[in-house]
Amino acid sequence: MSEQVVIKPYLRLSGLEPLIVRPETNFVNVGERTNVTGSKKFARLIRENKYEEALSVARQQVESGAQVLDVNMDDALLDGVKAMTTFLNLLQSEPDIAKIPIMIDSSKFEIIEAGLKCVQGKCIVNSISMKEGVDKFIREAQICKLFGAAVVVMAFDEQGQADTFQRRVDICTKAYQILTEEVGIPPQDIIFDPNIFAVATGIEEHNNYAIDFIEATRVIKQRMPLAKISGGVSNISFSFRGNDHVREAMHSVFLYYAIKAGMDMGIVNAGQLVIYDEIEPQLRELCEDVILNRRADSTDRLISFAETVKAKGKIEVKDEAWRNGTVQERLTHALVNGITDYIELDTEEARQQYARPLEVIEGPLMDGMNVVGDLFGSGKMFLPQVVKSARVMKKSVAVLTPFIEEEKKKNPAAQSGGAARILLATVKGDVHDIGKNIVGVVLGCNGYDIIDLGVMVPADKILETAQRERADIIGLSGLITPSLDEMVHVAKEMKRRNMKQPLLIGGATTSRMHTAVKIAPEYDLGVVHVLDASRSVTVAGSLLSNEQKPEFLTKIRDEYKKLKEDFGNKKSAKQYLTFADAQKNKVKIDWDGFTPVKPTFTGTKIFDNYDLREIAQYIDWGPFFIAWELHGKFPAILKDEKVGKEATRLYEDAKVLLKQIIDEKWLNARGVIGFWPAEAVAADTVEVFSDKGKFQLDFLRQQVKKAANQPNISLADFIKPSNGSTTPSDFIGAFTVTMQGIEPHVERFAKNMDDYNKITLQVLADRLVEAFAELLHERVRKEFWGYASNEQFSNEELISESYSGIRPAPGYPACPDHTEKYKLFEMLGGKEATGITLTESLAMYPASSVSGWYFAHPDSKYFGIGKIEKDQFEDYARRKGMPLDEAERWLRPVLE
Amino acid sequence: MDIRKQLEKRILIIDGAMGTMIQRYKLEEADYRGERFKDWHLDVKGNNDLLCLTQPHIIEEIHSQYLEAGADIIETNTFSSTTIAMADYEMQSLAYELNVAAAKCGRRAADKYTAQDPSKPRYVAGAIGPLNKTLSLSPDVNNPGFRALTFDEAMTAYYEQVSGLVDGGVDIILIETIFDTLNAKAAIYATKKYFQDTKKPELPIMISGTITDASGRTLSGQTLEAFYTSVAHAKPLSIGLNCALGAAEMRPHIEELSQIAACFTSAYPNAGLPNAMGEYDELPEQTAHFIEEWAEQGFVNIVGGCCGTTPDHIRHIADHVKKITPRPLPVLEEAL
Repeated sequence: MSEQVVIKPYLRLSGLEPLIVRPETNFVNVGERTNVTGSKKFARLIRENKYEEALSVARQQVESGAQVLDVNMDDALLDGVKAMTTFLNLLQSEPDIAKIPIMIDSSKFEIIEAGLKCVQGKCIVNSISMKEGVDKFIREAQICKLFGAAVVVMAFDEQGQADTFQRRVDICTKAYQILTEEVGIPPQDIIFDPNIFAVATGIEEHNNYAIDFIEATRVIKQRMPLAKISGGVSNISFSFRGNDHVREAMHSVFLYYAIKAGMDMGIVNAGQLVIYDEIEPQLRELCEDVILNRRADSTDRLISFAETVKAKGKIEVKDEAWRNGTVQERLTHALVNGITDYIELDTEEARQQYARPLEVIEGPLMDGMNVVGDLFGSGKMFLPQVVKSARVMKKSVAVLTPFIEEEKKKNPAAQSGGAARILLATVKGDVHDIGKNIVGVVLGCNGYDIIDLGVMVPADKILETAQRERADIIGLSGLITPSLDEMVHVAKEMKRRNMKQPLLIGGATTSRMHTAVKIAPEYDLGVVHVLDASRSVTVAGSLLSNEQKPEFLTKIRDEYKKLKEDFGNKKSAKQYLTFADAQKNKVKIDWDGFTPVKPTFTGTKIFDNYDLREIAQYIDWGPFFIAWELHGKFPAILKDEKVGKEATRLYEDAKVLLKQIIDEKWLNARGVIGFWPAEAVAADTVEVFSDKGKFQLDFLRQQVKKAANQPNISLADFIKPSNGSTTPSDFIGAFTVTMQGIEPHVERFAKNMDDYNKITLQVLADRLVEAFAELLHERVRKEFWGYASNEQFSNEELISESYSGIRPAPGYPACPDHTEKYKLFEMLGGKEATGITLTESLAMYPASSVSGWYFAHPDSKYFGIGKIEKDQFEDYARRKGMPLDEAERWLRPVLE
Repeated sequence: MDIRKQLEKRILIIDGAMGTMIQRYKLEEADYRGERFKDWHLDVKGNNDLLCLTQPHIIEEIHSQYLEAGADIIETNTFSSTTIAMADYEMQSLAYELNVAAAKCGRRAADKYTAQDPSKPRYVAGAIGPLNKTLSLSPDVNNPGFRALTFDEAMTAYYEQVSGLVDGGVDIILIETIFDTLNAKAAIYATKKYFQDTKKPELPIMISGTITDASGRTLSGQTLEAFYTSVAHAKPLSIGLNCALGAAEMRPHIEELSQIAACFTSAYPNAGLPNAMGEYDELPEQTAHFIEEWAEQGFVNIVGGCCGTTPDHIRHIADHVKKITPRPLPVLEEAL
């Protein structure tokens, strides 16, 4: 049998974790920044309803060492009850903040009561007093007792606030008697605040305030040893506002003496206390003179010293204090902050603490990733940070995997984790996977088990894998328009196979409308379009919750049904011209007054190993940030209030990687350009006389009814019509560019579990190839074709397409038929020229490739075809000699 | 007789699962409805608390089986008898009546056995469950600040439950299966407030939390010590743990609690962890064996069973601990 347990009358508080104030605890820091009366920033955030951001103030206090969090919502402009309730409820969902006890601070008792109703832990009420008489004091104390809260009692009675030693002691003694004898509050739950007032104010009566507080503390603790002493420390230095250097020294000196006298806790700006011994001796002595009221001229002397102190910028040192936490805390810290420095060490330590390696994943790692997921979900972390967190997670899991495998060998029956499984794939014919990779990382961070089948995955393989691996959700991605059809096909197949999983649709070319109109009707058990990676989490969450799923799907279904109906109605509303009328309304160009510029050569010119450094100067950084779901204009985004910090960090990281790509020649920039004589032989047909024979290019024409004097444009309008002579007088150009050689580097990053650099590299390769296209286009205009040899544009002007002439790409709005790409490739010399291959959906591989036509006429411009009518469709198929059903497949995006 | 006196002398036995026993009767919808609710507009099968009104003899019989097995304390069949939990069956208006009826079922059974052997007095604990809504957690993952319930609503529901239990004649208020401490604090608030308002002598309060997994935390995220600290103001007769874990898994937690609790301690685990079919299959002697060891170590004052335990389990437990000295109350020092 065990020894009889001895229980000491300590003040015991709790958040998610206990805080026991023992004599050796020394001093409890109560974080003061979550106080609307004391922190302008916090007040602003609360007034603007930015509660999520306000939580970061609380988090900063905890991270800086606050052991209790003071929360105050006393502001004339606020509904204090509502603000207190909202903030504390939210705070409960942040375990790294809610772990510490809360001090509910208000001068209005109804706000205190509202706060008490939100917190499961044992709180401190700050404060009650006899200011408005003993009856009210007792009534409020009784309510505090029903909630089990400890109470701060202000040294205040009906005569006013105690400002002398004697009044402090008398009021506290009386309050103690009432609370312990009449109300029945345990003495250790009573905390006195004997009023800290400002000293060195220039008013002589104030000079002894610090000494009176310290002496009162000493006597109160002698008389009532179980009670505690607290106070608002920053009051003491109020007259030195603006001079933090002096203020911090005063706080430190004051606390040094007050704690010696028995002060137990204080409301401080956690993290901003200097150590007594580290204050420069001269300042320390001046502060002691003031605090201890040792000399008549002490105030003057401190003031003159203060004037000499320039507010020195503090040097930011890498904070390694987190290394002192428990291994669970360290893992969470590393995950949230994306720090891999210690992850192997910490994982190993955790492994030894848990019975099974899997428990480390299910326990501390998942806890940490949940924090990441919550922060991301509430907009407090951004995608690049989440991807860094994922890297930490993967590294940690890699340490554990051999042990898990070994355990499985020993005990094959041991079941693996029960995480929901999400299968992701880029559909057949499509090679683009950056977005899909990001979604995979984000979902992985949220605890889902991700099966990523990669790119160009046939429907059969997707669905078979989903069935075999028991995926809970299937996610499809695609960037080019033919992928939309493939997604419809997958949905049909799912229905045929009687599958049950919900289907998620994402990728640049997909849309809610397309999903609603084309995909959702093919599969009844849930098809959801997901706009971006950050939405994927909530969507997956809703779909995997048995409670939420039916309601969520019903909502989506209704929404899509309505979209589909609207779509149907809209269709009839738009007016179209007959194809013949549209052709008549072509772009009117005065060809007689125009002499086409002859390119410096005809035929093709190949570029290999083009200088990446030169290309990099043409990068358009805007889409780089969009890929990372950071929205804003470049370079303004770097200074953006919300995402600026993270955008800047990402930009810096990208520049480092870009330098490496260039210096170490990771990518081979290859390209080919070509120019050939050409003429328009019919309204929408252009004939090209290449060295590889004659090619007929077929273009589509806008058919929607335009405003008066607005043409129905076709790219063919920009090529001079045939005048019947045998040699055409106009020219057309074409190009393809690509970045080759990314695979080994992507693989290496993947192997290192470094999704962050992997995705950054992929996005950079996309940026580089676009930059290469921009660069070559400029050289074409000024040099190779030379129709604009005097052109002078900045990169910004290039990005905004200020130049003359265009480079539209087959498959995109001005010429949406991907199959024209075959001709373009053939004219340029096919695969040999650049190494680019085409998939069955006419996606180019490598994924970072761009192609297009060059048009030189100054009136040529970018436009979108929009929808076309049946007459044009049939005419187009006939011109191309393509069966109708095949033509329909390729042109579906522009058909209705 | 004052239960404190008994607790100083011996380890008391609290009963086992009610739901497990009710299942044995294989009751159908009609049995649940009885005559009174035969036309009720919703299905009520599964509303076990309703049986106190429609099949009181069955509930009394189950109580008797546990008393026969040696239980000193029986729990009323009122786990869900609040306006909030009864809303599932649209039976909110019956909450008070259910509590009175359940307390009376327990009272009749307990009094019969006390009369048979007055040296072993039997006590009725009015069971207050956790509610099906929580005050500290948001049911909506995308809106962590949302609450499906307010403190005042929970407090009002519990207040009514306490009044019914007291009016029906219970000896103890048992706030059990606590997975959200704030719900428990609302129950404590309601209990204290009820006795203050009515000026009736306050009944002892037993508090029993639930540690949901090996992390050693409640569902609402508190460590065991933080949980105890948060409810200690109830000045409970006992603090303890029940449900979610079997005895084997509960051991480290009950050990910790025995070291920090200023009051008596209680523990009534499940009959092991559920098997693949969701059934509990730990045998009575197995459960008893674990609990005997706790008793020998001086961890406990009140022991019994939760989900999956039966009168057989209780009989074995009672046999195994009857000669073992209970955990002595801690010394509560008055100075630092």
